[in-house]
Amino acid sequence: MGKTLAEKILSQKSGSDARAGDIVIAKVDLVFAQDTTGPLTVRQFQASGFKRLANPQQIALFRDHAAPSPNSGLSNDHIILHQFARQTGCLIYAIGEGICHQIVAESLAKPGDVIIGADSHTVTAGGLGAFATGMGSTDTAIAFGLGKTWLQVPQSIKIVVSGNFPEGVGAKDLILHLIGQIGADGATYKALEFGGNTVDNMSMSPRFTIANMAVEAGAKVGLFAADKTTQQYLDSQGRSNHYQPVASDADAAYAQTISIDAANLEPTVSQPHTVDNIALARELKGTKVQQVVIGTCTNGRLDDLAIAADILKGKKTHHETRLIVVPASRQVMLEAITDGYIQTLIEAGAVILPPGCGPCLGLHQGVLGDVESCLSTANRNFKGRMGNPNAFIYLGSPATAAASTITGEITDPREVM
Amino acid sequence: MLTGRAFKFGDNISTDHITPGRLAHLRSNLPELAKHVMEDTDPTFASRVKAGDFIVAGNNFGLGSSREHAPLVIKMAGVRAILAKSVARIFFRNAINVGLPVLICDTTLIDDGDELEVDLAAGTVKDKTNGKQLTFSKIPEVMLRIFNEGGLIPYIQKYGDFKL
Repeated sequence: MGKTLAEKILSQKSGSDARAGDIVIAKVDLVFAQDTTGPLTVRQFQASGFKRLANPQQIALFRDHAAPSPNSGLSNDHIILHQFARQTGCLIYAIGEGICHQIVAESLAKPGDVIIGADSHTVTAGGLGAFATGMGSTDTAIAFGLGKTWLQVPQSIKIVVSGNFPEGVGAKDLILHLIGQIGADGATYKALEFGGNTVDNMSMSPRFTIANMAVEAGAKVGLFAADKTTQQYLDSQGRSNHYQPVASDADAAYAQTISIDAANLEPTVSQPHTVDNIALARELKGTKVQQVVIGTCTNGRLDDLAIAADILKGKKTHHETRLIVVPASRQVMLEAITDGYIQTLIEAGAVILPPGCGPCLGLHQGVLGDVESCLSTANRNFKGRMGNPNAFIYLGSPATAAASTITGEITDPREVM
Repeated sequence: MLTGRAFKFGDNISTDHITPGRLAHLRSNLPELAKHVMEDTDPTFASRVKAGDFIVAGNNFGLGSSREHAPLVIKMAGVRAILAKSVARIFFRNAINVGLPVLICDTTLIDDGDELEVDLAAGTVKDKTNGKQLTFSKIPEVMLRIFNEGGLIPYIQKYGDFKL
């Protein structure tokens, strides 16, 4: 019997014949934490009695959630991370360098890796064919010290996507549609493995968008094969030596297979207050939004900003709607400046924030007011997520976000394209 | 035997409901953060919960962020165990790692305010208010071993490695 992507990677990293349901101890290739989970990770590492990191060059700390820090509490947490990095020699990234998941994708993750991060959206690196999963601070701290972790090999759900996306429809609509179909716990404890000709023809950025949201269906990982596209991406990032092909076997066993015809999808939106509360953008016409956010680890990459700039070129944000744009990394921001997208977005009325998590998790930089609604390209819309439990968050694609900015209400992007 | 009152919640209680991101500046000050536990779903919870009480929830408890502060502040608030129909993966692992049991059972029969008696060894929950008895699913073996040592830190302090 062949193996799924999850079984293949975990077999390799555990030195065993790993099958769904097995408990394995896997070597980890990268372990990381960020500024809201890292300080506890540091304290747990110290409490465990470890004197040194298993491998400082495979451990990274990021200051992205509060970047720059809005208050002294978080500034002091940044100091904890800085001091730990100085003492241990691990990698550390400054404010403005970008969101941990984007930097991991650009610079650190390799196909076939096992990656654990003290952040649930660690799954993003599954787009590169890495078994990347989120854990808490204690598991992360132990992996800092041991260079390994325990995992139950997940059963896999195969998602086969075929056909071409209609104009104005893309990866975000696909993953929102899937989460709506299987529910916010539809893949709990399981791996989602994406394939089919739509996926084969997809560039890396939409793969990251889809992998990023696997956790919103409860999944442990969202995995893509590492193929020619992955190789070209790593080449373009100056990381040719990081490539190896990773693919599942044709006779692998799946718990379930779900087929999706991309041609039947429409611009899709998550409504408050759960990600699986799905509607079509056109069904929400008339829903006013006071804020639109384009960015985050889900949709803050160059192609996302290009889609938004294309729709907003020569247009203006609605007078009762504010537009916040947050490039996912410094690399994305620099490329978006070079390509003119940032200028176009500013001319349309956007506020540009420094690379980082921005307003996604309610710390700062765009906290919602009472009874306000926001259309965001992020991945979560839980009550209170953007800093105010009396506000409402809708999730959609960069195209839907840009279109809604122009009209001031949730808008199917095909209406303005 | 654990005894205490049930505080009932619905489905999909996320870690944002338990410890919202807007309070991230308190994460290095857990006693202060614990005063706000569950605030965005029940602002009165923190002032009403007493040592020994239980959180009783529906499906997919603890979904969302990996923040381990969520089970930590629930435990600090005095909650002895979480009973839920199902639990999100990262939260489950985090809760066991910090020594807070999550017991999977059909919580439909339990009402808010009911007096519960939980027998961790026997795997049973007795609702003393309505007289009903439930059994909960066994905690997976690996996690039980970590839990029995008091959590992952004491486990690693004792064994120095994973002994699965």
